[in-house]
Amino acid sequence: MDLRFTDAKPTDEERAAVDACLGAPEVGWEGGERTAEELRWARGGHAARARRDQLLPALHAVNDRVGWISEGALDYVCRRLTVPPAEGYGVASFYAMFALRPRPARVLHVCTDLACAARGSAALTGALAELLGPPGGAAGGVRWQPSPCLGLCERAPAALAIQAGEQGPQAHGTDAADLADPVDPAHPANLTGSVGPAGVAGTTDAVHPPYRTGPVDRSGLTGPADPRGRVDRAGLTGPAHPTGSASPATAADEAHPAHPAGAHAPAGSADAETAPYCTAVVGPATAGTAELAAVAPCAAPEEPPAAAAVPQAGQDGLVLLRRIGRVDPADLDDYRAQGGYSALRRAFALGPAGVIREVLDAGLVGRGGAAFPTGRKWEATAGRPERTHYLVCNADESEPGTFKDRVLMEGDPYALVEAMTIAGYAVGAHRGYLYLRGEYPRALRRMAHAIGRARARGLLGPDVLGQGYAFDIEIRRGAGAYICGEETAIFNSIEGLRGEPRSKPPFPVERGLFGRPTAVNNVETLVNVLPILERGAAAYASVGTAQSTGTKLFCVSGTVRRPGVYELPFGASLRELVELSGGVPEGRRLRAVLLGGAAGAFVRPDELDIPLTFEGTRAAGATLGSGVVLLLDDTVELPRTLLRIAEFFRDESCGQCVPCRVGTVRQEEALHRIKDLTGAAAAGDIALLREVGAAMRDASICGLGQTAWNAVESAIDRLGVYAGALPGSGPAAGTPADPVDGGVR
Amino acid sequence: MTAIPLQLPRRLVEFTLDGQEVRAPEGATVLDACRAAGTEVPTLCHGDTLTPKNACRVCVVEVEGARTLAPACSRKVEPGMRVRTGSERVRHSRKLVLELLASSTDLSTTPHVAGWIREYGADPDRFGPEAATRAGREAKVDNDLYVRDYAKCIMCYKCVDACGDQWQNTFAIAVAGRGFDNTISVEHDAPLTDSACVYCGNCIEVCPTGALSFKTEFDMRAAGTWDEAAQTETTTICAYCGVGCNLTLHVQGEEIVKVTSPHDNPVTHGNLCVKGRFGFQHVQNRE
Ligand SMILES: Cc1cc2nc3c(=O)[nH]c(=O)nc-3n(C[C@H](O)[C@H](O)[C@H](O)COP(=O)(O)O)c2cc1C
Ligand code: SF4
Ligand code: SF4
Ligand code: SF4
Ligand code: FES
Ligand code: FES
Repeated sequence: MDLRFTDAKPTDEERAAVDACLGAPEVGWEGGERTAEELRWARGGHAARARRDQLLPALHAVNDRVGWISEGALDYVCRRLTVPPAEGYGVASFYAMFALRPRPARVLHVCTDLACAARGSAALTGALAELLGPPGGAAGGVRWQPSPCLGLCERAPAALAIQAGEQGPQAHGTDAADLADPVDPAHPANLTGSVGPAGVAGTTDAVHPPYRTGPVDRSGLTGPADPRGRVDRAGLTGPAHPTGSASPATAADEAHPAHPAGAHAPAGSADAETAPYCTAVVGPATAGTAELAAVAPCAAPEEPPAAAAVPQAGQDGLVLLRRIGRVDPADLDDYRAQGGYSALRRAFALGPAGVIREVLDAGLVGRGGAAFPTGRKWEATAGRPERTHYLVCNADESEPGTFKDRVLMEGDPYALVEAMTIAGYAVGAHRGYLYLRGEYPRALRRMAHAIGRARARGLLGPDVLGQGYAFDIEIRRGAGAYICGEETAIFNSIEGLRGEPRSKPPFPVERGLFGRPTAVNNVETLVNVLPILERGAAAYASVGTAQSTGTKLFCVSGTVRRPGVYELPFGASLRELVELSGGVPEGRRLRAVLLGGAAGAFVRPDELDIPLTFEGTRAAGATLGSGVVLLLDDTVELPRTLLRIAEFFRDESCGQCVPCRVGTVRQEEALHRIKDLTGAAAAGDIALLREVGAAMRDASICGLGQTAWNAVESAIDRLGVYAGALPGSGPAAGTPADPVDGGVR
Repeated sequence: MTAIPLQLPRRLVEFTLDGQEVRAPEGATVLDACRAAGTEVPTLCHGDTLTPKNACRVCVVEVEGARTLAPACSRKVEPGMRVRTGSERVRHSRKLVLELLASSTDLSTTPHVAGWIREYGADPDRFGPEAATRAGREAKVDNDLYVRDYAKCIMCYKCVDACGDQWQNTFAIAVAGRGFDNTISVEHDAPLTDSACVYCGNCIEVCPTGALSFKTEFDMRAAGTWDEAAQTETTTICAYCGVGCNLTLHVQGEEIVKVTSPHDNPVTHGNLCVKGRFGFQHVQNRE
């Protein structure tokens, strides 16, 4: 390979951002100072290309620092990593979060997806357009743009503000202080996209230089370090969380109010050039709060704790959510005091085969959407003769209406660290990748912190718990591409390629990440392994039904009184869940429930007795999917909802195969044509939709194209959206006391 | 590739193709088996010298028991599998793929496709006059040797694979963008002359649609003088260096109008360098 680069040069800032991510260039061939001696040899070959997987982290580093990726910056990244510039461009242009044209440092992503649309995102974007001009503009140094689901559906309508700037501890909030904790200066969390060890036993000193100064500066200026840091240092048996607060999540949020002025990047400085990188989440958003957050994200009010998304928080009987709101997500001792790391001890006692046996006996199946038996996946991976195996935790969570994984990671991050360690142990992996959705800043901070802390305490690293097992976790941050949650696209994304699905066979368990046997699992799936090991397979399987064992998280959103993540044993009916969440608001009537997300299916209000199990939903012609339960009342215009679903798939198709690349466009066009039509006027396009849909389902490469027509089809067939009459929404649907009918309470 | 170098005889796999018991060597694709059996399967993105990318999906077949259809070009034969190439599902998906492609791309220079559109009863106009299409994109004419007319591109990835790790190792072009807006591009959508391109033309050799074409061909088509029926093809040996690549000279009138290379050459598999591919202009410049 004979790479040729353009003459475009990076700015000092871009170069600094890349070097902060990749380390300083060692040789002139990588873009450093070229010495006379270096003209006598050429850099190339496998070693030079072996860091290709740093491409996405390096692109994030530039995009986070400057707000966009210039020719010079991209060129420098490619030089540093020996990536052909055309390929670098192909990768950068694949991801929605990266801009390849200049744009303001502050970008506001306003969700216009299903749950937010049901809760007024159209009014929000309308008002924003009045305040800030049309989307995509640059009024007042801010660009706002519509966004697919941000995974904040319980706070709909939601928005996410991102300010590009120098990486450093977040300018406000608990997480900044957590990350700057002096306990672990060697493993600071790098928020630019790749967070992890340079090697299982390695250090990241050379890799993340900006952070080396962060904590030191802080402690120098603010006096004694965070007291909770000391507790951690006191050892594994140290006292529990010293604040003793009943609501530690909130306490943690309040414990570290502001970033000390001048401690790092000039926080509070109005100058966008030197402003720190920071993010703010707004929800439910008004045009006013959204604009405020966009203009000054560092000063935006703190997000509510993760427990606020869990209406059942603190109740007895919860399994997966049991610690949310009870445990301080920053505090490893608190986690241990609440049962943490007993499952890993049991795993070590059982051995890898014993763990797989338990998971098989427990009947655990994947929660990411495909419902594949986890034990079988692990067994197949563990049994492969290749020496290197990998674990990938799929935390890309981008299915519209899904936010359970975010709540788990924000509210109980150590649980995922422990669960990944167990899974890695079972499948014979020494490295796990946590592929985390790019739009989840708080989950990123919490997970980065938890991983760093676990590493500092010997719960990750060369000798986990002194058991001679080496395991470490590296976080990889997505960059705005739903398709990267597909189990093979995720590998390409991590490897620094375009996030296009691979063709199967070969399956991931045979040839996955870096061509090695790999187990890919969803966050919720992995977290289920903890109760399986703590209580035993039989006890776990005694909950739920024969084919759907254990409990399930449901993401309830839309026009509902108490949106949030709910945990129910498998087998509860949809009606029970709808009742638990309070049903539709007063005076409204339930029109439809979308089960499983954009790739799922609509059901009618008279179908609420569907049992929420894999087999029960399948029998009803629906799916549990990723656990989405989106309630839509009679104020929601269903043709618009369908159009939004079609738009989503068109935007998110990777474009690799014809049925999906063009089919999703034709589907959207047809739905657009009939958005105000019914009956015979719509019949021709509905026939067309069926034909396109059948080909997408049959001939697409991956699940995205194969399911892109499911929800629309169910809306046509079950809800009769374009039929004129509305089956199932007649007056018999419910009494005033029924959650189907909001009545007057 | 059709020329198979010496190797151990492969075991035969028995399976059913459209109700007939057939045998194919282990490792063969369904497409290989279909061709051996004389069963027609349309293909667009499949290249005889390239690893299947199975992106176009026009070759899909039905494998009994599978939830979705399978691409014949890349699915390997398995013992006992039952394959159908003419079922209703197969014909439906092929028809739709042709309609979707033809409604969004200029297929006027793609060989065979007009026949398949007739055969499958495809009607690309049914998506209406407003249907989004890339057919209007302007051709990129930025060098004297070849033209990139992406209005005709079906995104088969063949040029990218030929330029990249499968043959040329130059990596001048890649897929950029996402979804319907994706395209083949050099970095920053720059002109080819600013890219790593070495003008080997190996991408043109594999392009199935005419999206990539010799400048001579592009200009003659524009002038209405391109006439394949009037062309002769002569295969000779390139005289520029000692490798001995085969050149097929396409001659119309007294002019060499383009140069291809036989794909079954066991050494070069249809690949050339700039001298063999475009050096003919030098031959013709006699003054
Ligand atoms: C387009 C597409 C997007 C997906 N996104 C996700 C995702 O964000 N998170 C996830 O866990 N699984 C996602 N999946 C499912 C994964 O492919 C895979 O089945 C899952 O991660 C396996 O984990 P599990 O067995 O634990 O469910 C997606 C699948 C498709 C086709
Ligand atoms: S189905 Fe869609 S997302 Fe999946 S590979 Fe094909 S184009 Fe890409
Ligand atoms: S002419 Fe050769 S180097 Fe240039 S793009 Fe085509 S294959 Fe690549
Ligand atoms: S230019 Fe030709 S070879 Fe390249 S993707 Fe398009 S159609 Fe395929
Ligand atoms: S955050 Fe808006 S739909 Fe999920
Ligand atoms: S020829 Fe098989 S998918 Fe294109």
